[in-house]
Amino acid sequence: MTDQPIPNDSEDYIACPTCDALYRARMPAEGGRAVCQRCHRVLIAPRSATSLRIVALTLSVTILVTAAAFFPFLEIHAAGLGNRASLLDVATSFRSGTLVFVSVATVATIVLVPLLRTLLLLYVLGPLTVGKAPLPQARRAFRLSQQMRPWAMTEIFALGCAVALVKVADLAQLDFGPAFWMFALLVVIVIINDAYMCTWSVWNALDEKDN
Amino acid sequence: MSLQRVWAWWIAGVLAYIPANTYPMLITETLLSNDASTIVGGAVEIARHGDFVVAAIVLVASVVIPVGKFVAIAYLAVSIQRGWLHGSRQRHRLYEVTDFIGRWSMIDVFVVAILSSLVQLSVVASIRPGPAALTFALSVIFTMLSAQSFDPRLIWDSEDEDKDKNEGRPA
Repeated sequence: MTDQPIPNDSEDYIACPTCDALYRARMPAEGGRAVCQRCHRVLIAPRSATSLRIVALTLSVTILVTAAAFFPFLEIHAAGLGNRASLLDVATSFRSGTLVFVSVATVATIVLVPLLRTLLLLYVLGPLTVGKAPLPQARRAFRLSQQMRPWAMTEIFALGCAVALVKVADLAQLDFGPAFWMFALLVVIVIINDAYMCTWSVWNALDEKDN
Repeated sequence: MSLQRVWAWWIAGVLAYIPANTYPMLITETLLSNDASTIVGGAVEIARHGDFVVAAIVLVASVVIPVGKFVAIAYLAVSIQRGWLHGSRQRHRLYEVTDFIGRWSMIDVFVVAILSSLVQLSVVASIRPGPAALTFALSVIFTMLSAQSFDPRLIWDSEDEDKDKNEGRPA
């Protein structure tokens, strides 16, 4: 916020994405973090072998989401009757009239968005990991995956499962299907994956490969 | 300009939140009874069974968080329109909390989805979603969009302008 022209030297500047404070970007030591002085947002957090680890985690997310969507998720028994539901059944359970919209939103937030996000990350980071030039539109793909982040709600759905289990407990007997455990693992991996990714490092890598 | 979008989504969110609380969220049909419960009614029922922790989770996710979010966004938007200078740090903190916590309101929608897909045992017990499931989901989505339209940099802008003025530089 000054009207002095920014000197055009070789140093890179970084503006804090949440409060706009301007800094000279200097790479912190491995495992260290650069934090905005004004609003305490983490600006840069490089880690060793980050992109390789993210690619590995991303691959497992893809496999787990696909598997968890089709295998039985929860089973219920009461008075000799039984029913089982997969994640896709859960997501498409609102069938009547206007409630279809809720179905669409549920499918999107617990299956489609997490899957699409990981595929986009794979597209962006895959070539960088093996030291090749980024694929066309890699920047746009990365930006889109960042914008999708708040709409991927796997961990919220996990807590929703816990609440639902308590609600049914006295109505019927419940059993967990294989997809339930895959989903539990998936939630943990998604959280680790997000914690490991340093946005600035990815943009920086994309810039370097371009020049 | 960006505040107009914040207010538009905010109003849509508040409007959708009203029917979300008055209409039933969950319709449970068993051999003996036919019961339609609203969001708050469902939480009260869980508490009556003795599961106070789960009842508290439901109440926090579907009442405390949405209402708190409406108040927080309105407060932040008004503070910027009035050009308040103080407490930028606290207001920024409030924005971060609001932005982070809003998605968790979706819990109740997911609970309804799980229950109504799973509990389909013909006459013994079946659970159907009520109209509030739609309006509640819409309300959560609208308020998330409202919080995302809010540009936290505006919180610091008035402080920067003030500093520039005091130092005799053009703002």
